[in-house]
Amino acid sequence: MANETPLLRAKGVSKSFFGVAALDDVDFTLRSGEVHALLGENGAGKSTLIKVITGAYRRDAGEVLLEGKPIFPRDVLDAQALGIGTVYQEVNLLPNLSVAENLYLGRQPKRFGMIDMRAMNRLSRELLKRYGLDIDVAAPLSSFSVAIQQIIAIARAVDISGKVLILDEPTASLDTHEVEMLFSVVRQLRAEGLGIIFISHFLDQVFSIADTITVLRNGRLIASRAVEGLERIDLVSMMLGRRLEEAEDTGNGVAADTGGETVIKVRHLGKRGVLAPFDLDVKRGEVVGIAGLLGSGRTETAQLLFGIERADGGTVEVEGQATNLASPQKAVHAGFGFCPEDRKTDGIIGDLSVRENIALALQARRGWAKPLSRREQDDLASQYIEALDIRTAGAEMPVKFLSGGNQQKVLLARWLATNPRFLILDEPTRGIDVGAHAEIIRLIRRLCADGMSLLVISSELEELVGYSARVLVLRDRRHVAELVGEEVSTTGILKAIAASGTTGAAA
Amino acid sequence: MRSLILLAGTAVAAGLVLSSVSANAMTVGFSQIGSESGWRAAETSVTKQEAEKRGIDLKFADAQQKQENQIKAIRSFIAQGVDAILLAPVVATGWDSVLEEAKEADIPVVLLDRQIDAPEDLYLTAVTSDQTYEGKVAGDWLVKDVGDKECNVVELQGTTGSSPAINRKKGFEQAIAGHDNIKIVRSQTGDFTRTKGKEVMESFIKAEDGGKNICALYAHNDDMAVGAIQAIKEAGLKPGTDIKVVSIDAVPDIFQAMANGEANATVELTPNMAGPAFDALDAYLKDKKEPAKWIQTESKLYTPADEPMKVYEEKKGLGY
Amino acid sequence: MKRFLSALRRLLPQLAALGIILLLNAMISPGFFHVEMQNGRLYGSLIDVINRGAPVALLAIGMTLVIATKGIDLSVGAVMAITGAVAASLITQGYPLVATLGGTLAVGLFCGLWNGALVALLDIQPIIATLILMVAGRGIAQLITEGIILTFNDKPDLIFVGSGAFLGLPMPFIIWFVMAILMVTIVRRTALGLLIEAIGVNRRASTLSGVGSRSLLFAVYATSGLCAAIAGIIAAADIKGADANNAGLWLELDAILAVVIGGNSLLGGRFSIAGSLIGAMIMQSVNTGILLSGFPPEFNLIIKAVIILIILVVQSPTSQSLWTFLRRDRHPTAKQERAVR
Repeated sequence: MANETPLLRAKGVSKSFFGVAALDDVDFTLRSGEVHALLGENGAGKSTLIKVITGAYRRDAGEVLLEGKPIFPRDVLDAQALGIGTVYQEVNLLPNLSVAENLYLGRQPKRFGMIDMRAMNRLSRELLKRYGLDIDVAAPLSSFSVAIQQIIAIARAVDISGKVLILDEPTASLDTHEVEMLFSVVRQLRAEGLGIIFISHFLDQVFSIADTITVLRNGRLIASRAVEGLERIDLVSMMLGRRLEEAEDTGNGVAADTGGETVIKVRHLGKRGVLAPFDLDVKRGEVVGIAGLLGSGRTETAQLLFGIERADGGTVEVEGQATNLASPQKAVHAGFGFCPEDRKTDGIIGDLSVRENIALALQARRGWAKPLSRREQDDLASQYIEALDIRTAGAEMPVKFLSGGNQQKVLLARWLATNPRFLILDEPTRGIDVGAHAEIIRLIRRLCADGMSLLVISSELEELVGYSARVLVLRDRRHVAELVGEEVSTTGILKAIAASGTTGAAA
Repeated sequence: MRSLILLAGTAVAAGLVLSSVSANAMTVGFSQIGSESGWRAAETSVTKQEAEKRGIDLKFADAQQKQENQIKAIRSFIAQGVDAILLAPVVATGWDSVLEEAKEADIPVVLLDRQIDAPEDLYLTAVTSDQTYEGKVAGDWLVKDVGDKECNVVELQGTTGSSPAINRKKGFEQAIAGHDNIKIVRSQTGDFTRTKGKEVMESFIKAEDGGKNICALYAHNDDMAVGAIQAIKEAGLKPGTDIKVVSIDAVPDIFQAMANGEANATVELTPNMAGPAFDALDAYLKDKKEPAKWIQTESKLYTPADEPMKVYEEKKGLGY
Repeated sequence: MKRFLSALRRLLPQLAALGIILLLNAMISPGFFHVEMQNGRLYGSLIDVINRGAPVALLAIGMTLVIATKGIDLSVGAVMAITGAVAASLITQGYPLVATLGGTLAVGLFCGLWNGALVALLDIQPIIATLILMVAGRGIAQLITEGIILTFNDKPDLIFVGSGAFLGLPMPFIIWFVMAILMVTIVRRTALGLLIEAIGVNRRASTLSGVGSRSLLFAVYATSGLCAAIAGIIAAADIKGADANNAGLWLELDAILAVVIGGNSLLGGRFSIAGSLIGAMIMQSVNTGILLSGFPPEFNLIIKAVIILIILVVQSPTSQSLWTFLRRDRHPTAKQERAVR
C-alpha cells in the first residue's frame, strides 16, 4: 500500500487572496477506490482546495500530482480532460435540454457532420443503465428529481473524466431515500476503482460512506485519518478546534437571573423541511447561545424567529402577547433585531453612508411618514460611532469602505438604535479582526447587563460559553439539547453535537 | 311611429331585393391588414359599401397586421371557391406561393393600396394611389395660388426614409420646379404625427423671423398639418391667411380646419380602392377583359370651395 | 443653504452640459435666448424647450424613483397612449374636466399598480414585467379610441392643460415643475428617499432591517404610472386629440436616457430627481437645437446620438477618475479620504 502511487496528491498547496491565506501548506492524498471526505466549517478552505485541484484557481505554491505526474490544469475543462470531474450541489447541467443532450453536450456523436440523435440516445441509455437508471433519455432533464439529476451529472462527469470524482455537497437537498440511492452509485464507482472526494456537512453520511477523512480549519490541514476507529467526538473537536482535554471552565456566562421575567416564549415553532418544531424561552437580560455544525439549523432558527422564513406551525409570545412574526417588518415592530451572518448581502447597504445605515432600522420601524430629522440621524450616528468605536473617516462615509469589524459594529448600531427587546446575532464575530472581536464580546455582555435579551449563534464555542447563560445545541435541523449552568462548557457542547442521532436527548 | 313602421317595411323590402340580387352575384374575399389607422378603417367601410352597392357578397377577414393571417385567409377564400380576392398586403414580400395557389384555382387577385414584390402574372391588377402625383397636385395648387408672388415654403416631411415621404417630397418639388418665386426654405421630419408636426412648426416659426418669413406650409399628411395649424395659431399668426396650409390625405379633421379658414387645400388619398377594383373584376369576369397591371386612383384636390363641412360629415361616417 | 450648495455642486456636470448645449443652440440660432411677451404669454425657443420637454420631464420623475429601486419602467410611453385615449374619450362623452382628469389619473395609477404587482408580488424582473404593458398598452389605447385620432377641438378647458398659459408660462411647464417640487418634497421631507435608496442598493438587507420593500415598490411603480398619466393628458391636450399610435412613442427610452444623463445609476440606489429633470431639459435642448439648425432630417438621430454619447462619456466613471487624477495635486484631502478604508 505504501509503495502504491496515490491517484491524486496535493503537496504543500497554498493560496491566498489579497494577502489573506485561504490555504496554507496543505497536503492531501486520494487513493484509487476510496471515498475521501473533506471536512471543515465555513472558510476552512475546502472549496479553495477543490478549486485549486480543478484549476478554477491557480495555486500560489505547492504541487498537484495525478498518478504521480505533476499537473497544471488551466481551467475546469482542462482538469476534466485530465480525468478530474466535479459535481456540485446545484446541478450544473442545462435543465431544458434532454438527458441525452446533457450527457453528451459538447461531444455529441456525429454522423455526416450532423448530430446523430439516435446514437446519442442509445449511448445514453446504455450509460445510465450502468447506474441502475432506466429512464426516458429524450425527456428534458428538468422533468426528473434532483437525485436523478445528480446521478446524471455524475454519469457525465465519470464518463468524461473517469479517474477522480469530486462531489461538492451532493446530498444537501436530497431526502433519506435519495441519499441512499446516490450512495449506492458512489459505492459502485468506488468498487470500479475511482477516487472520490466527498464534501458534506452531514456527519452521519460521512461515517456511512467515507473511508478516509481530511479536516481543514482556517486554511490549514488539521488531520487526515481513516474513518475506521475514529470517534465522532474527535472529529467534531477537530473541526471546531476544541479538545476535550482542554477542560475549559464554564460559568463566566451571565447566569440566568431566576427572577427575570420571560420576554420571549416560543412553542413548537418550525417549518417542514427547514427546521423541526422547537420551544424557546428567553428571559430579560439573558444570553442564549446556539451551537451546532454548519447546516444543523442554527441560522434557520434565527430566520424563523425573525420572520424571514415563515413558520408553518407554532406560537410566539412577546412579553405575554401573542405575536405574529410573518415578516421581518413585523418582527422589527415586535422589538426584535437581527444581525445576519452574511453581512455583505444581508446586512449592510453598501452605497449608503454609515449614518444612513445606522438610522435605517429605526426609520423603517417609525414608518416613512415620520422621518428622523437630519440632526437626529447625525446625533444617532455620532453617538454610536463613539460608543462602539466605529473606525470611519466620518458618518458620511459609504459603509462599504469600512472593514468587516466596523461594518459589524454599524449593523449592531443599527439595531441598538431601535432599542430592541430581543436581539439575534448570527456569527457576530466571524471574519473580524482580534481587536474588534473582543469589543463585540464585551458589548454583548454589556447589553445583557442592561437588560436586553439576546440569542447568539456562534461557531466559536469558547465565546459562547463565555457569555451564554444557556446553550441550545442543534443537529440535523433539530434542537437536540439545552445545556444549563454547569453543562455550559465546550466539552458539553462538543458532546451534545457529537452524540449520534439516536441517543441525542431532544430538548 | 308610422314612419318607423314604414322604415321597417322599406328595410325588409330592401333586404329581399338584396338577397335576390346576391343569389347570382359574385362572391369576393377581402383580406384587410387591420385597423391601425382611421384611413384603414375608412377603406374597410367603403369597400363594404361598394360591395353592397353592386350586390357583391363580400367575405371580410381582418389580419391584425400579420402576413400569416392574410395567407390563411386567402387559402380559406380559395377553399370556399370565391370568384375573386382583394388583398391589402401588409408587407411586400412572401406572397408568391399563396398567389400561385389562387392562380391554379383560377381566382383573380386584386391588390389594394400597396404593391408587392412578385411576378406580375400572379395577380390581376393593383389599385393604388400615385404618391408622387399626390405631391405634384399639392405643388400645382400652390403654384397657381401664389401666382408670381415670392413664396417661402416650409415642408413637414413624413417619417424619414419612408416611401410616402420620399415620393410626396419628389412630386411637390417637380411641381414647383421652374417657378423661382417659390422656395422651400426649411424641411424637417414630423414623423407623420400631430405632436411632432406641432413641435417642428414651432421651431420653423422661431427660425424664420417669427413666421413672417413663411408664406406657406406643405405637410406630407393632414395630421402634421393639424398640429402645425395649432402652432401657427399659438404664435399669434393666422393659419390659412398669414401662412397657407396645403397637405395630403384628406382626413376629416383637415376639413374642419378648412371650414374655419385655417387650411387651404388637401389632396385626397381615397379610401375607395375597392370601387375601381370591383369595376375591373366585373369587366374581367364578364367580358374577359384584362385590365392594366396598375390602376391609379384619383388624387382629388379639395379646397374651401368644396363645402368642407359636408365632406367632413361624410368622411366622419366612414370610421376615420 | 449649505446642503443646497452641496446639491448644486453634485449637479454641476449636468448643469454644465445643459449650459454648453444651450450655448451651442444660441450659436446655431442667434435668437435662441430671445424671450418676449406675446398675447399674454412668454414666447421664444427657451420657452419651447421647457414646454416641449414636459412629457419626458414628467416621465423622468417617475422613472427616477423606479430606477432608484434597481427597476425600470418600459411601459410609460404606452401608459401615455392609454391615458391620453381615456382623457379624450371621457371629455368627448361630456364628462366635466375634473371627472375627466380624475378618471384618467386613476387609470394611470392602476397601470402603475399593475406593474408594481408584477414586480413586488410575483418577483418578475422589472424589464419583463413592464414590457408586458409596453406591448399591450397601444392596443388597449386603440380599443379606447376605436382606431382613430379622437379629437376634442371644442373642449377649451382640457385643451388649456396642454397649450394654455398661466402667469405667462405654458401650462405643461407649470405642471411638471409643480409635480417635481411636490415629488422632491415628498421623498426628501419624509423618509421615502432613504428607504427607496436602501432597497435599490440592497433589497434583501433592507427587508431584513424591517423596510417594507414590497409596499415601496408598489408605490414607486404607481408613481411612475401617475406621472405617465399626467404626461399623457398633456400630450393629448397639446394636439387636441388622442393619437393611440403615436402618443408617447419611444418616450420611455428618452425618459431612461434623461435619468441616466442626470447622473443616476441604472444599478439603483442614490438618486436625484433634479438631475433627471436637467437630463430631460438637455434632451429637449438637443431636439430643439436640431430643429432650429435646419440640417436635413436624415441627420437628426445621428446628431442626437453623438451628443448624448459625448455627455455619457464625460460622465463615465473612467473619465471621472481620470479627471480626479489630473487634479490630484490640488486636492490632497480627496486622496486621504479614499485612503481610509
